[in-house]
Amino acid sequence: MTQANTYEELSCIELVELVTDYLEGMLPDELRQRFDDHIAHCTGCRTYLAQMRATIRATGTLTPESLTAEAERTLLEAFRGWRADAP
Amino acid sequence: MQDEAALVAALRAGDEAAFRTLIEMYHAMMVRVARMYVSTQAAAEDVAAETWLAVLEGIDRFEGRSSLKTWIFRILTNRAKTRGIREGRSLPFSALEPDEAAVDADRFHGGDHNWPGHWASAPAEFPEERLLAAETRDVIDRTIASLPPTQRAVISLRDIEGWSAEEVCNALTLSETNQRVLLHRARSAVRAALERYLEEK
Repeated sequence: MTQANTYEELSCIELVELVTDYLEGMLPDELRQRFDDHIAHCTGCRTYLAQMRATIRATGTLTPESLTAEAERTLLEAFRGWRADAP
Repeated sequence: MQDEAALVAALRAGDEAAFRTLIEMYHAMMVRVARMYVSTQAAAEDVAAETWLAVLEGIDRFEGRSSLKTWIFRILTNRAKTRGIREGRSLPFSALEPDEAAVDADRFHGGDHNWPGHWASAPAEFPEERLLAAETRDVIDRTIASLPPTQRAVISLRDIEGWSAEEVCNALTLSETNQRVLLHRARSAVRAALERYLEEK
C-alpha cells in the first residue's frame, strides 16, 4: 500500500491506507510505531480504526452463502454416476 | 468441522453423506472463487462442478500434505485459470488498478491548509445497536455483491468464512501482498458503504 515517508509524521490520508496492514500485523516495526504515535493523538483516525474493526465484526455476522437445492441435486447425480463407474 | 481424515476415508469408500458434507461446506464458495477467473456465473458453476469430479477421481492420490480444503481449492483455481485463459481473459491480479483510495480525498484537507492530509470531515463512531441490525447486514451483503470478483472472493473467505490469510493465499495462489491489497480495498468499500448508510438517519 502507500509507502509512507520514513521520518515525517503520518498524515490521516496515509494512515487510512495502512489500516489493513496494521490489523493484519504486517506493518514493519518502525511504521507500526508511527501508526501508533498518530492514533494516540488523532481522534479522527482512532474512530476510523474503530469503524474498520466494527466493519469486520459486522461482516463476520453474515451467513455464508449456502448450496442451492438445484446445485446439490446436480452434484449428487454426478456423484452417483461416478460411483457407478468406479471399478 | 468434521475430522478431515475421516471424511477422506469415507469419500474413498464412496460414501454419499461424506460427499454431501463437502459440497455443503465448499461448493457455493468455490463458485464465487471461480468467478474471479471466468466471465460468467454459468462458467463458474461449470468449473466448480468439474472440480468435484476431479476431486473424486483424485481422492485416492490425496496425501494430506495440505488440508483437504486447500487441495480442493487449488484444483478449482487451476481449472478456473485455464478456462479463463481459454476465454481470453487476463489474469485478475495483473490487472490490479493502481490507486483506489480507501476514503475520498475530499474528506481530507488539501495542500493549502495548515494540516494537509488530515481529516477535514472526521468519521463518527458507528452506533453499535444499528450495526448488527438486519438492514445493516443487507447493506454489507449488497456491497460485497457489487465488488469486483477478486475482492468479493477474498473478503468472503477472510471475513465471512473465517479463513486465515495463509489459507486464502494457498488456495487462491495469491501472493501475501495481493491478498492484503484485495482485502484492504474490499473492507474499505464496505466501511464506506456502512458510513453512508448509518449517517442517513
